[in-house]
Amino acid sequence: MAQVKFTPNLKRFFPDLCECRIDAADVAEIVVAVDQRWRGLADYIIDEQGALRKHVNIFVGDELLRDKQTLSDRVSADTKIYIVQALSGG
Amino acid sequence: MQHKLLVGTRKGLLIMSRDGADWTVESAHFEAIPVVYAFRDKRTDTIWVSLDHGHWGGKLHRSRDGGATWEEVEAPKYPEGDTVPPDFSVPAKTNYIWLIEPGGVDEPQRLYVGTDPGGLFLSDDGGDSFQLVETLWNHHSNTHWFGAGRDHPGVVTIQVDPRDSRCVTVGISVGGVYVSQDGGETWEARNRGLFADYLPDNYAEFGHDPHIILASPSNPDVLWQQNHCGMYRSADGGRDWQDISDKNGGPAGFGFALAVDEQDERVAWVAPAVSAEYRVPVDRALVISRTEDGGETWQDLRDGLPQEHCYDLIFRHALDKRGDALAFGTTAGNFYVSDDRGDHWRCLTHNLAVVYSVRFM
Repeated sequence: MAQVKFTPNLKRFFPDLCECRIDAADVAEIVVAVDQRWRGLADYIIDEQGALRKHVNIFVGDELLRDKQTLSDRVSADTKIYIVQALSGG
Repeated sequence: MQHKLLVGTRKGLLIMSRDGADWTVESAHFEAIPVVYAFRDKRTDTIWVSLDHGHWGGKLHRSRDGGATWEEVEAPKYPEGDTVPPDFSVPAKTNYIWLIEPGGVDEPQRLYVGTDPGGLFLSDDGGDSFQLVETLWNHHSNTHWFGAGRDHPGVVTIQVDPRDSRCVTVGISVGGVYVSQDGGETWEARNRGLFADYLPDNYAEFGHDPHIILASPSNPDVLWQQNHCGMYRSADGGRDWQDISDKNGGPAGFGFALAVDEQDERVAWVAPAVSAEYRVPVDRALVISRTEDGGETWQDLRDGLPQEHCYDLIFRHALDKRGDALAFGTTAGNFYVSDDRGDHWRCLTHNLAVVYSVRFM
């Protein structure tokens, strides 16, 4: 199962958010799965059309997510996923 | 005199309260998060807040206990596959929640939300869920909508007629004024008399830029509009607009913010700036302009406001009035109040972040 980690900044909105393991074929399935555990979390990561939010990054292993529109990047059992905020703001 | 204010800033929400002559910050909420809009729905004693997370998207929160606790509700969502006018090449998503407005007193569960990229949403379950008002979103004129300041059009004004909740006036920036008289089933553009210097046809039927529209509570047929190209007033629900920009060389003309008197349909306040190209106070001096004769003449109210080297602007939802009191916050984080209808002002603080929204509770 893929290992999923989150930026600590999301704990402000989901206080019990923690690292987890998810059985999924691609990143889109991971977002669905974490949203089932932490209801509403997906809305913080993707917009209503399923695209990655502009100022959110997802690392698949050491690589940035390639498909930001549908999150179809494949994951395997030993993939590490890291959901973080982009370095933007003010 | 009203005793509480909701102040939405780039760095959080402040609830300010009055004790005698002093205003103090009673509590702060959503620290470091941009608060686009906050208001108290008197029908249900609920405070509603629109947030604009830099990273996580626009969100809605509500408090039913005066701000002691908050609950996030699911923000409005565009239907799958929808695209943004005018060219429909960009997927539609809720980029920004401009404002939340209550429905009529006879429909306490109804709320309206105005968004970028131009969608009006409504809820009939007290905000638990929202639906896109497709009849307006798909209006045949939406090819004339576009962004200004932001990339996409936005619903920036929603006014429900207190005499008939089915009558709703919406301002789209940029798009124009739209009115429904049947609870949102059909919409009619009402832009006659408005001038748009940025359009090939200056008096086009669509494509106008109402920065904000307010109805006079004492006579809701009277609508006031701070437009991108001047100040306007309508005596017939927006069917015809008259240019009431100051003809005597005064500053009332370009601006964003607007307040109207609850009792007298001839009285309103605006916060002028030079022009779209020069978004600074006229002569770098902060002024609120007031008309007491329906826009025939304007008085410039400057007592207590900085009159030199001032670069403060007042955003469209950052001026409010209740009774004799007015309050506004600025882009430079300054906050002013008046107890006498704007004749005299005093600064409460110079140290806020950019102020987006000011509403008496």
